[in-house]
Amino acid sequence: MILLDRVTKTYNKNLGPALDRISLHVEPKEFVIVVGQSGAGKSTLLKLLTREERPTSGKIIVGGVDYDKLKDKDIPLLRRKVGTVFQDFKLLPNRTVFENVAFALEIVGVSTKEIRNTVPKVLDIVNLKGKEDRMPQELSGGERQRVAIARAIVRQPKILIADEPTGNLDPKHAWDVIKVLEKINRYGTTVLLTTHNQEIVNRLKRRVVTISHGQIASDRANASYTTTLNTPTK
Amino acid sequence: MGRKITTFGRIIRTGMVNFVRNAWLAIAAMAIMIITLTIILFSVIVNAAFSNTVAQITNRIDVSIYLKDSVDKGQTQKLLGQIKALPNVASVTYLSKEQALQSYERQNAGNHDLLQAINETDNPLPATIRIKPHDLNQIDQIRNFVEKPDIAALQSDPVSDRSNARETVNKITHATNILRKTGVAAVLVFATISVLIIFNTIQMAIFNRRDELQIMRLLGASTGFIRGPFVVESVIYGVLSAVISILIINAIFITASSSLQATSFGLLDIGYSQAFFETHYWQLLTVQLGLGIFIGAASSVIATHRYLKFKTPKK
Repeated sequence: MILLDRVTKTYNKNLGPALDRISLHVEPKEFVIVVGQSGAGKSTLLKLLTREERPTSGKIIVGGVDYDKLKDKDIPLLRRKVGTVFQDFKLLPNRTVFENVAFALEIVGVSTKEIRNTVPKVLDIVNLKGKEDRMPQELSGGERQRVAIARAIVRQPKILIADEPTGNLDPKHAWDVIKVLEKINRYGTTVLLTTHNQEIVNRLKRRVVTISHGQIASDRANASYTTTLNTPTK
Repeated sequence: MGRKITTFGRIIRTGMVNFVRNAWLAIAAMAIMIITLTIILFSVIVNAAFSNTVAQITNRIDVSIYLKDSVDKGQTQKLLGQIKALPNVASVTYLSKEQALQSYERQNAGNHDLLQAINETDNPLPATIRIKPHDLNQIDQIRNFVEKPDIAALQSDPVSDRSNARETVNKITHATNILRKTGVAAVLVFATISVLIIFNTIQMAIFNRRDELQIMRLLGASTGFIRGPFVVESVIYGVLSAVISILIINAIFITASSSLQATSFGLLDIGYSQAFFETHYWQLLTVQLGLGIFIGAASSVIATHRYLKFKTPKK
């Protein structure tokens, strides 16, 4: 589903590469957690996957799309296939919860009738039923993040990329968000999650990829993680 | 197809909502566009009015020759043929003695004493040939021909041509040329200013909403979907400005003709200008709309270009 082959990304030649010959393979329906300290290269990795950045070298294939052959005008089409959730939510502030989720469908030209039908179902999945008419600023951080997840999954992407979705949340809300991600994964969506949160990693018991200094330090299934050692242990 | 229509409808609706939300910016952009379009419209009308004045005066300039009563039909026909064969002759009109008298009577219909005096005599007016030239500046060719001794011998009076009108025509032509040049310069200057201001207006609107644009981009909105509403918004500026500029000119004519009772302003024939405006109303409106839409759309496309580029540095 996701394939990276010896991918290197250098922003500034004097600073060395942000990612250094990373190879990673993620199967369909997998739930993969990417961990690493700030500046390790996690965000760079995700930006390469959403094509916000281009690799300096190496090959990236996501959902069958070879990024080397991807033209600028096809980037929107790629981003419609890959759902993305951000640490800072990135909700449209002047729109209600319903409108924020609907927006993802408006972009692709879904009919108003279909939008009215689909959005409530997705809001139900993320446990936000009854909050359709709230504005983002009236919601808690956890609720906002679940709106963002609803927006990311409403187009039923094969892949969901979540970049520190719990970074700004307290433990209870963070866990609510993670549970939603697990639910989506059970429905068959490949999930790629980056996080700092040791507790989440340890409770999830999923495949954990650790990035350190731009390289993959370890890649283990059903792993736990301690920030002090910064490497997962079996 | 259905999706495209849905998307198109959404773009239009968003553009209209944005127009209302950015009302103050819109007023600034539209004010300058209205000035530009009004100047363009005014220049077109003035130009048409001046061309008309020149044409009217030119039309009155002719060369008239007056034939002796002794010239017979054969000689007249031969002369008419020779004149028609000359280059630069637009038209030749022959007035017999009787027609000349009728024409004279019509011209002096109010002057009973004169008419009575004329009627008491045996038609003193000569048969007349009026020659209209194509090109005023080459009227001397015609004059030279009709003043040749053998042709002059057929004439009762000296050839007359209204050459003082030529000077007037030259003056008007000169004034029209200057006006045309200054008009074009003014139009260019104002059109440039107008594009720049609309450009800035859109850029400010984009700047205010740059986070939103980034989010749209990340969610996979196409360039057209993001840009569309901005284009719609500035096309609305164009349409409204065009209509307002037409209304302004209309108001100027109404004021000029009703309250000021003016028929001309210097060389500018207001009556004709107004008539021109009224008969070409729809064409002028169409052109104004076209220009307004073009200026609006072009500036918004350029303004959004910078913000919509994908961040894809070369490898």
